Amino acid sequence: MSDKLTPKDFATAQEVRWCPGCGDYAILKSVTKALADVGARPESTVFVSGIGCASRFPYYVETYGFHTIHGRAPAIATGLKLANPDLDVWVVTGDGDGLSIGANHLMHTLRRNVGLKILLFNNEIYGLTKGQYSPTSRIGTKSPSSPKGSFDTPVSPGQFALGSGAKFFARGIDTDKVGMGHVLQQAHAFQGTALVEIFQNCIVYNEDVFASFTDRKDAANTQLHLRHGEPMLFGDNKGLSFNQDTWSLEVIDAKQSPDDVLVHDEGNAILARLLVDLHLPVAMGVIYRQPAQSYENAFYAHHPSRMQRTKKTRDFIQGPSSWFVGDKTGES
Amino acid sequence: MSRNKDVDSVVVRLAGDSGDGIQLMGSQFAVSTALSGADFATFPDYPAEIRAPVGTTFGVSAYQINLGGGPITTAGDAPDVLVAFNPAALKVSLPLLHRGALLIINNDSFTPRNLAKAGYDADPRDNGILNDFQVVDADISHLNLEAVREFGLSKSEGSRCKNFYALGILLWMFDRELAPVESWIRRRLADNATLRDANIKALHAGHAYGETAELAASLSQIQLPSATPEPGEYRSITGAEALALGIAAAGELADRSVLFCSYPITPASPLLHRLSRLGELGVGTFQAEDEIAAICAAIGASYGGMIGVTSSSGPGIALKTEAMGLAVSAELPLVIVNWQRGGPSTGLPTKTEQSDLYQAVYGRNADTPLPVVSASTSGECFEMAIEAVRIALRHMTPVILLVDGYLSNAAEPWRIPDLSGFASIDINPLPESGSDPQEQAFSRDPASHGRPWITPGMPGLMHRIGGLEKDINTGHISYDPANHQQMTEMRAAKVASVAEFIPDQQVELGPDRGDLLIVSWGSSYGPVYQAAQRTNASFLHLRHLNPLPKNLAEVISRFDKVLVPEMNSGQLVTLLRDKLCVQPIALSKVSGQPFLIRELVEKIESIRGEAS
Repeated sequence: MSDKLTPKDFATAQEVRWCPGCGDYAILKSVTKALADVGARPESTVFVSGIGCASRFPYYVETYGFHTIHGRAPAIATGLKLANPDLDVWVVTGDGDGLSIGANHLMHTLRRNVGLKILLFNNEIYGLTKGQYSPTSRIGTKSPSSPKGSFDTPVSPGQFALGSGAKFFARGIDTDKVGMGHVLQQAHAFQGTALVEIFQNCIVYNEDVFASFTDRKDAANTQLHLRHGEPMLFGDNKGLSFNQDTWSLEVIDAKQSPDDVLVHDEGNAILARLLVDLHLPVAMGVIYRQPAQSYENAFYAHHPSRMQRTKKTRDFIQGPSSWFVGDKTGES
Repeated sequence: MSRNKDVDSVVVRLAGDSGDGIQLMGSQFAVSTALSGADFATFPDYPAEIRAPVGTTFGVSAYQINLGGGPITTAGDAPDVLVAFNPAALKVSLPLLHRGALLIINNDSFTPRNLAKAGYDADPRDNGILNDFQVVDADISHLNLEAVREFGLSKSEGSRCKNFYALGILLWMFDRELAPVESWIRRRLADNATLRDANIKALHAGHAYGETAELAASLSQIQLPSATPEPGEYRSITGAEALALGIAAAGELADRSVLFCSYPITPASPLLHRLSRLGELGVGTFQAEDEIAAICAAIGASYGGMIGVTSSSGPGIALKTEAMGLAVSAELPLVIVNWQRGGPSTGLPTKTEQSDLYQAVYGRNADTPLPVVSASTSGECFEMAIEAVRIALRHMTPVILLVDGYLSNAAEPWRIPDLSGFASIDINPLPESGSDPQEQAFSRDPASHGRPWITPGMPGLMHRIGGLEKDINTGHISYDPANHQQMTEMRAAKVASVAEFIPDQQVELGPDRGDLLIVSWGSSYGPVYQAAQRTNASFLHLRHLNPLPKNLAEVISRFDKVLVPEMNSGQLVTLLRDKLCVQPIALSKVSGQPFLIRELVEKIESIRGEAS
């Protein structure tokens, strides 16, 4: 067990088939690096995915992997985690897979707090089916199925998660190695459902949809990297403060009013709800974390024998009462 | 109408409002019957609504039990005794009765309002329609309230004891012991002494009423001989109880834990309830958010090394079909139990049918075959659950177990099996060689086409599975046309190979060649058996529906005609025509009620009449 694995040890021989330049490549790199960094064992790590571009992920990681059906990965992963709670189970999903066809399973997984690390690749588009608008697409998104622009109100993954009772919600950007490394390690360490929304650039169907805050040149002013217990500072002496009149967050000059700058508290659910809706800067890192008993721990604690057979069927088979026909001693 | 020829048996029907406690009263009567040594079969017949409007015909809940010196294989055709708690119950049940049957009527409920709700223009007690019956009209509501008055219950609480009052009357009529029912009440109401004592008092008061009113005078025919079944230890069991025990026993035989994942649906839920109490047998239950999550979690459990089982009824099974395809493609073991009810759509949730055979055998996208088995009786759910798990693990495939919905709650005496008589369920061995794990994971046994059950956590065997087509040798994704042809043929061969492992089909009754063979499946076993016996027709009953037993074509070829009675519009007829190129005669019944013996006898006689 002393042999320290490297990111390369987590790469398969499979030819990666995402479009050249897809943000998924960078995410794959961050994930294999994080696996090596946390000392994951390939045999006890499983990637479960649904359907979509993101869901090809398991083929490219040298662990156990299950490429399932559209939207159902959280349900399959739940059964797997109950069958073997010692496994590290990662779910890879997208905005269509996780928030449209599979949103129901995602909601119930979050409220149960099943010990899964869920990576939600959000590119605000259906990629594999060739570019239709998705449930996270902004109003006005032009696509093959919305030639004049979409008019559906999009869902906010953060609000969805928090409203479903998520105990861990974090964000990263596909190409931000440092930020991704941090949230993946935090997600891995969390005992329960850790949902990570990853802003992922689809260069074919929705290029640069996140450019307003992912562009590196201005990233310092457009991204707020959160750390628990630290003041919410970003850019050039800017900070976040709570406006008590409007009940909202606002950007202030941190040099002028240092005492008004909010300190990040991961356990504050109200703060988390304000943070996920922030558009400039966009909140990154661990937005909300509230440790709670995981579903599998509750399941096993509730189970008298921790799923081990402590009695025989014979002990139950007679039911509330039985009677003999013929010789009572013989079972004939 | 002629009387039931089964002079050794009596059919009793209890009917009232769905809030009257009819099902409870029926099941307690069944248990006391069993303890007296008589054989029995029951048919719970209840409305879809939990508490349908009081006094209406569509709110009538009924429980029918056929008892006597065995073998009793059906809940009986026409009741000999009817207990009717209200006019609606009388109205619904009257057409079913034998002329001369005994009616026990709760007089108090025959108010103008209740008569109107039942759709009676005139009081049936006065207008002559009951002239052909023996009527005992007792003021059951009133007498019961008097009996429990001392306990100071509210009127509604007191009224709820009346099912035990009526049960007391029945137990007296049939010369049954009160003690087993009394001890059941003591257990059930252990933490409510007042209700417990009131119900016991009602039971005794009803019993005393029967004696005082000398009801026996009209009931001398109810002295039943004891059944003389095979020696052994017996209990009363419902289909849900037997299936739950069968699943647990299968886990024991395979030495694996079981994860049962299910979403509540009528009439499948009793299985979830039963299994949730079997934790000590290594059984876990997961109540999922929907039908799809239920089967998917079961697939996840199987992927993780537990035996994944899910259960539902037709509409829920429809939702699970995409995931069944995944289990077929990924070659994972899984058992799907379908408690069949009437359809289409929501249909008849509480009424029984056998109309999901097409769905089970053919109902998936693409060429996606899987094995299908079925249970004939409540007790047989035990062994068919074991059989389904055995097939799933040997061939690494999902298996559908079809059960007719009413068996879920239908009780029968069951000879408790000796588990040492069941062979252990072997898990396919892990590959020995050190080749590519992806290849090892899909190295199939040449006879069963089952692959090894490699599960996450096993070092050095990491591989990827999924719903995309795989190379037949390497297990890697493959879109190669020739490979897909081979894989499709392999999946068909895998299911077909199940036939190599199952017993030959036997002719259960009658000569093994001749003019007429009756072929049935599912819960029709009972009435078909009886009808075949009375007409000296040959009879065989199928438990394996896909694949069919290997020798079935040869057995059928020895008969001039084949009759297939089934509770659908002819689905087994189609299946036999498809698989065996035979042309059976169909007798279909889709009324939500099981076959009556006389319907079958009439059909058999008419077929023979045509021939002669």
